Formats: sequence, structure tokens, C-alpha cells
Amino acid sequence: MYKNFLRYIISALFLLGLSVQANADFKVGFVYVGPTGDHGWTYQHDEGRKAVEAAGIKTTYVESVPEGADAERVIRQLAQSGHDLIFTTSFGYMDPTNKVAKDFPNVKFEHATGYKREHPNVSTYSARFYEGRTLLGHMAGKMTKTNVIGYIASFPIPEVIRGINAMTLAAQKVNPDIKTKIVWVFTWYDPGKESEAAQALIDQGADIIMQHTDSTAPVQVAEKAGVWSFGQASDMQRFAPKSILTSIIDDWAPYYVERSIAARDGTWKQQDTWHGLKEGMVAMAAYNPAMGSDLVKEVEQLQKDLASGKTHSFTGPIYDQKGNILVAEGSVADDGMLAGMNVYVKGVEGDIPQ
Amino acid sequence: MSFDLNFIGILIGAIMASSVPLILAASGELITERSGVLNLGVEGMMIIGAISGFALMIVTDNLFFAVIGSMLSGLIISIIFGILTQSLLTNHVATGLALTIFGIGMSAMIGKNFVGIPGKEFPLLFVNLKENIPFFGPILFGHSVILYFAFLLPFITNYFLKKTKIGLIIRAVGDSPTSASNQGINVILVRYSCILYGGAMCGLAGAYLSLIYTPQWIENMTGGRGWIALALVVFATWSPIKVLIGALIFGGITILQLHMQAIGFRIPVQLLSALPYIMTIIVLVIISRDSRKIKLNTPTSLGQIFYKEK
Repeated sequence: MYKNFLRYIISALFLLGLSVQANADFKVGFVYVGPTGDHGWTYQHDEGRKAVEAAGIKTTYVESVPEGADAERVIRQLAQSGHDLIFTTSFGYMDPTNKVAKDFPNVKFEHATGYKREHPNVSTYSARFYEGRTLLGHMAGKMTKTNVIGYIASFPIPEVIRGINAMTLAAQKVNPDIKTKIVWVFTWYDPGKESEAAQALIDQGADIIMQHTDSTAPVQVAEKAGVWSFGQASDMQRFAPKSILTSIIDDWAPYYVERSIAARDGTWKQQDTWHGLKEGMVAMAAYNPAMGSDLVKEVEQLQKDLASGKTHSFTGPIYDQKGNILVAEGSVADDGMLAGMNVYVKGVEGDIPQ
Repeated sequence: MSFDLNFIGILIGAIMASSVPLILAASGELITERSGVLNLGVEGMMIIGAISGFALMIVTDNLFFAVIGSMLSGLIISIIFGILTQSLLTNHVATGLALTIFGIGMSAMIGKNFVGIPGKEFPLLFVNLKENIPFFGPILFGHSVILYFAFLLPFITNYFLKKTKIGLIIRAVGDSPTSASNQGINVILVRYSCILYGGAMCGLAGAYLSLIYTPQWIENMTGGRGWIALALVVFATWSPIKVLIGALIFGGITILQLHMQAIGFRIPVQLLSALPYIMTIIVLVIISRDSRKIKLNTPTSLGQIFYKEK
């Protein structure tokens, strides 16, 4: 405290700019689940970090941190080494983040895609990716010839299941005969395994490949096999120029900049953020003209309606696989239900791994 | 749902392709270990091979240079391991682990400029035959030259270790470096050579991933295959043929379980995901239960530091 005080005085004397200099040590840390070069999930978070850096705030990051015991060690290390705000950017960092937050009440924590805020210094944030999935479902339903949509899934958590359901519902709306086939790979990032999964789905008749994993391998397999695909997290178009219909893009930059500045200026408050197409946290890459200008127009309209709230991804009636009603006709799923989604809707094949 | 014969042939072809990196890396490591050196840096050497191969392919636009270059880079990085463990007598386990960490970091650094560049088509052989012969076509033809090499390698390695003089020397060095040394064999030289050979094969295994299997550079793209290759060598009790069997089972079940999911088998997915590991261990333990043979194949001095008495 005393040391800090002295530093403030000195800097004030030298620079006459107390407010700026007082926060010169302000640092923001980022924890990534994959490498920054994945061109998917982590890549986009790192783009957000660069925006924070461009706003004049010092940042550091640790990449490829496994979810689990290692994560806690890394987060703790960042907290100990003087970081004032720490973004932990994967679902599996949820418990470690809260655990470390308890021991460092003066450090602010922001956890992506989780729901636990056990301490006042933990915020959560996520994007409504499912709105993007609704658009993909619409395109998939229109573009498929085999009526089989292949879906590479990572882990059976609500976010992934929500994406599968949103996609399936939208596809059914335009094509009642479609089937969603899912392969669980139990990893966020393993190019070899992801491409094998894509191949397995194509061999089973899927002519649309969708992924909730982070590497560009599946779209490349799709390109080679001559089937349609969708990019995940960032614009993957150049990896499969013919095959990709569009990509769901996560744009974290505005949020990261806003929260970092808030933390620096002392206005940071705990909150739970869930932004979508409307706020721009979820964005769509350019639509592939190969799908025809009519469909592009349709999808663009749907995108506008989702953003304005005119259409909701989960509009009733929605049934689960057994035919029980989940959302009644005329109403939409509330955020609580979406956040904890753990059943498939009708039309998805197989069981959710328990 | 297609279950015709041709589809099964395609499936077997895919299984063979997925086991190639394991066969190459494990065969290389097997020679290294038979000389008594435990190199845990397989993953690191593979990833260096992967980035070097890919980078050279982009820069020189020549696949031959890319393949040779990946082997050379695996070899060069294994020299570091050789100098440390053989000349400076450091601990094999610690040095190998460091090599893996170094390799992953180094490859990410070199690879920064190569992320997001699509790879080049690698020529496949006998594509016509693949398409025209049902069932056997997709199994035997339409593969890259590296795949054919990988499937010959275990047999060559087996012959080399058992029937040639150099093979005998390597085994002697691995079993009892002191006696070998007393016979006038240059233990350090033999071990250096085996380390370099292992490095080259791991480099090639990595290049197979970045040039043929998923033709692109992505950080960490080896995805733990180096560790699987290491485990294969041990569970195959240092027999090249069993390494081949183990790699095929592992690759096979990995691919089959994904297909089973896609087909819609109602088996818990977690069990399916664990199946490759479980089955590979079970099968290798069963086929290797002859303890006399294990004793014969196990390099007794594995991982021990050798001091030459002067």
C-alpha cells in the first residue's frame, strides 16, 4: 500500500498525469484452451486480446492450457503475478476460476461460457452461438440432398447440445425429412480425430458437415469429399473455398475492451453477459454464392429477424426425442432453460453421452 | 447405411492410413530403445518433422525436399538429445520430456507464418486400380508412397535386428553395454546412430500428418500420437511386427468407433472413445504373454546411462 502510494506521488511529480500513471501496472491475463494459431475458438479470443492491447492496456496470455488441474495452476499464477483482470476462455475452466477467485478477492475474473459466479469478483460471459446455428440449420435443410446432416460434437455440455438442437429445429422447419447424425470426439482440438469423424459422417451419407470443434480439419475433409460445410468460431472460408457455406464468427473484441477499461477505471461490476447477433458478439461470415441468391436472401432476412428478436431460435412447439413437449406452442424457451439444456429435440439421432 | 464389401475396403484403407504415423514413429523409437536409449521426445520430434515438412513444401514447392527435410529436421533435433544423454550423460527420461516440450514450442514458433495456408496435394499411387477393383482396390492401392514404406518398415526392422550383424550389435549394446564395449564395440557411436535414426523416422511420421493425412499446419497437430507410439513400443514388447499389429488395432478402433457413432450404435460414447486404448493394451498383452520371448526382446539396459571406463 505504502509502496504504491509512493509510486503514485513520484509519478505525479514527474508526469503530472496521476490518473494515467496510477494504472500503468494494470495488466489483463488470458487463458486459452487451444493454440492461438487454431484459426478457430482460441484465435478469435486472441483477436479480442489484441484489441485490448490496441486500447493501450497491457496483456499476457497462456495458450493450450488443459482443462483441469493445470488450469487452476495457470490461473493462480496469473493472479499472483499481478494481473488485475483474468479472462478464462473455456467451459472447463469454470471451477478452477471460481476456486482461484476466492483466494484473490482483488483480482477480477471473467469466465467464458460458464454459469458459476460463486464470488463477487467473478463474471461470466458467453455468446448466443445458437442463433448462428439456426442460420446454419436453415441452409443445411435447404442444401442437403441426402437429408443427413453430420455434426461433429466435442463434449456433452449445454452449449453444444443447444447448438445441435437449434440447428436441427431450423433444418426441420424447411425440410421435415432431415436427420442429424452426431459423432462425439471428446476433444475441442485434434485435427486428426476431427477429420476422421468428418470422414465417418460422410461415409454414412452426410452431405453437410458441421462442427463444434475448433480446428479447420473437418471443412478440409468436406472440401475434398465435395460436400457442404460450415466454419466454426472464425472465418474458415479460405481453407475450403468451395465447400464452406458460411462461418459463425465469435467477436469478443468489443466486450474485452469494454470490460478491461471498466476494470482499469474501477467501474467493473459482476455481471452475466449473453450477447448474440444483435450485439455483434456472434457474426456471420460472407455467404457462399453457390447456395443461390434466393437462399442467401432468405438467410439474410432470418439473420435480421433473429437479431431484432422477431424470430427466436427456440420457438414452440418443441418436443424432445420421446415426444414430450419442451416448449409450448406460441412461447419461446427462456434463458434459464437454454443455459441448462440437456436433452435432444425430436429428430436428433442417438443419446446424449451421460 | 452402406455395408457393402467396397465400403469395408474403403474403411480398411482409412484405418491403414491413420496408423501410418504410429508405425513410423514406433518403429524408429523401437530401434532407439533396442540400443538401450529411452527417448521420450517422440512427440517433440514428430511435431518438428510436421512443421519442417510443411514449411519446406510451401517454400520450395517440392514434395521430395519436404519429405527428406522433415526427416533431417527430426534427425537434427534428436542430435540434441544424443549430445545431452550420450556425451553429457544426462537422465534419459528428463531429457526426452524436455525435448518434447522444446519441440512443441519450437514448432509453434516456426509455424507462425504457415498457419492457414492450405497444403498441396500429395501424389497417390495406383488411383485407377483403387477405383476399379472392388474391396481389394481401396485396401491395396491409392495410397501415398510413405504408407507403403511404413507397412514394409516393421518387416525390414525385424529382419535387420534379427539377421544382420549391425542388428546384433544394436541388441548387444542395448542388453549389456559394458560387455559390448569390452568386445570393442563403440557403444556411444551405436547409440548415437540409433537415436538419429529414431529422430528421422519420427520426423517422417510428423510429415505424414502435415503433408498427407491432414495437409496443413496446425499447432499441436500431432495430438499425442507420439505418446501412443511410445506406449506401443513397450506394449509390443519391442517386437516390430507387434508394433505393426498394435498400430493397426489402435488406428482401426479409433476409426471404427467414430463410424459406429455415425451409424448409431447404442453403446455409451465414452466407452467407445476409450476402446482404442483398452483394446490395444489387451490384444498386445495377450499376444506378448510368452515371458521367454519378452526377456529376449527387452533391452536390459534401457534408459540407463552408460559410462565408458577408461
